[in-house]
Amino acid sequence: MSSAIELKGVTKSFGNTAIIRGVDLAIPQGERHAIIGPNGAGKSTLFNLISGRYPVSGGDILLNGESVTGLRPFEINRKGLSRSFQVTNIFQRMSVFENIRCAVLWSLGYKYSFWHRLGGLKDANLRAEEVMEAIGLKRRRDTFAGVLTYAEQRALEIGVTIAGGAEVILLDEPTAGMSRSETADAVELIRKVSQRKTLIMVEHDMGVVFNLADRISVLVYGEIIASDVPQNIRGNQAVQEAYLGTEGGA
Amino acid sequence: MAKLKYTPLNLARWIVWGSTALVMIVLPLVFTEGFTLTLMSQIGIGIIFALSYNMLLGQGGMLSFGHAVYSGLGAYFAAHALNFISKGSLVLPVALLPLIGGLAGLLFGVIFGYVTTKKSGTTFAMISLGIGEMVAACSLMFPGFFGGEAGITTNRVTGQPFLGITYGPAIQVYYLIVGWALVCMAAMFAWTQTPLGRMANAVRDNPERAAFIGYDTHMVRFLTLVLSAFFAGIAGGLSCINYEIVTAENVGALRSASVLIATFIGGAGFFFGPIIGTIVFFVMFTAVGAVTQAWLFYTGLLFLIMVLYAPGGFASLILMHVPVMKARLMRRLWLPYAAAAATGLVLLAGLVTVVEITYRYTLEASTAPAMKLFGFEFNVTDTLPWAVGFGLLTGGFIVSLLAWKAVGRAWGDIIHIMQQHSA
Repeated sequence: MSSAIELKGVTKSFGNTAIIRGVDLAIPQGERHAIIGPNGAGKSTLFNLISGRYPVSGGDILLNGESVTGLRPFEINRKGLSRSFQVTNIFQRMSVFENIRCAVLWSLGYKYSFWHRLGGLKDANLRAEEVMEAIGLKRRRDTFAGVLTYAEQRALEIGVTIAGGAEVILLDEPTAGMSRSETADAVELIRKVSQRKTLIMVEHDMGVVFNLADRISVLVYGEIIASDVPQNIRGNQAVQEAYLGTEGGA
Repeated sequence: MAKLKYTPLNLARWIVWGSTALVMIVLPLVFTEGFTLTLMSQIGIGIIFALSYNMLLGQGGMLSFGHAVYSGLGAYFAAHALNFISKGSLVLPVALLPLIGGLAGLLFGVIFGYVTTKKSGTTFAMISLGIGEMVAACSLMFPGFFGGEAGITTNRVTGQPFLGITYGPAIQVYYLIVGWALVCMAAMFAWTQTPLGRMANAVRDNPERAAFIGYDTHMVRFLTLVLSAFFAGIAGGLSCINYEIVTAENVGALRSASVLIATFIGGAGFFFGPIIGTIVFFVMFTAVGAVTQAWLFYTGLLFLIMVLYAPGGFASLILMHVPVMKARLMRRLWLPYAAAAATGLVLLAGLVTVVEITYRYTLEASTAPAMKLFGFEFNVTDTLPWAVGFGLLTGGFIVSLLAWKAVGRAWGDIIHIMQQHSA
């Protein structure tokens, strides 16, 4: 099976500080992959490199076998990769519905149109309603995103990320700051929306990681020290020393 | 939370648009003086200009200090086109001349806009200022096109009259302006309901997120500016027909600042805000400007007060009363509002007295010290008018503060009651 995402010797330095120090990683299509690691390991930076938010210092990133190195975020998004953010990043002054409809416009081909009336875009409106249903925010359709509860905003963040139908989805700490029951809901939501898609997520909650991931990569100080199925990661000596050991019986 | 319901044939919307059109058509029958017709023509053109400006400021979050570039260059091109029509080297009905202005605006929107919209925020504002200055300087550097200090004069009465319409009488020009204004208003409103219009809001609020859902934020801003420049150019073309002269003033910084002030006073956050702002601005300009040289001072003061105390403009001041009306709580506001109005009038009288006698004193104290204000005749060299002026100003200020405290309390009560109802 071909790789949805492939990283070849990717490096990133800020000034003289090397944050990502040569990452090689191939994630096959349809896999749910988690990236874990201690704080400051470079997990979010890695996401920012893959999604084009930061340029890489070296190496190559391939999306479905095609190099996307040096492309800008909107170009990478148009090639079928969508991401969420650790700090909720939505359109606060728009309603839930408007947030999601904005996110489907490009993929449905409306692009920069000023000759279509939004109200008349049946496919976009229908798709937005479907996504709202999927993320459980149908009741909050006309509420401004800025006044939603935290968990609702996180759900909307995922909704905006998946609405465009991207094949590769990057979720940056989707359950951070959530209560136990909210986390359980979020896990089910992620499982549902990532069906038949490639999912890569950064996550701190080990319950979520071992519950969702097909494979796990462990990033420590800008390098991947292990990449394997969950049960092997659990038993990996190096991982325990470098990472799990520091957070005890988490 | 207000629920916005989408209905295909929004009746309220038709009523609003219909009555707007009706008012614009009927107004000259009510106010028949030439003075009001001039004012209404200015307002009609100003509304198109301000709405086009608000595509940038309100909908796109781009603070431009050089929007007159597009209306002004549109006006120059329209003036040259009109002169070509008169000479017979161009065949075009005068009624369609604003389209020439619009296309010129669009062309320069493409040229300048590509650079200005690369960045948003302060960078955009600075570049727009720079381009405004550059074009204003060009207007004196290329007298062949811009006509130097005298500008380009033209004559709108040309060609064969169509159904007896020559555009000689001002009333015919007024109705031409109304026609264009209604079409442009409808088009610019429709734009807010399109994918590009919505993404302009998205890029204004959160450019990073817009990029990660597939949009090139530069392109969204660029296209928004190009369309905005098109409508600004139409306003320029109409002003060319209306005044039959285009000068460097049309592209100048003062014109750019005026549209910013008018838009802001009206309320950039609402589609109809700039319409209100334009009416207020031109009434200040024409009505207040007719009786005092200090009109710009008063306009500046109004702008200052709005920025400080009502940044949402008149539109937000109007809309904040809608939920109160729905909750039938307006009666709680009438008394404090009446008190605020009465005390405000005292304060205003004091302010006007001080400002007017200061103007007269500094400009004409030796030649014409006698003046008339509020029906009183006096000499600005006397002490009494100064004492009265400052007395009213100070007294008015103190009682106004008390009245506004009462207004604040009434609003506090209303919000409390409404929260209890919704809980």
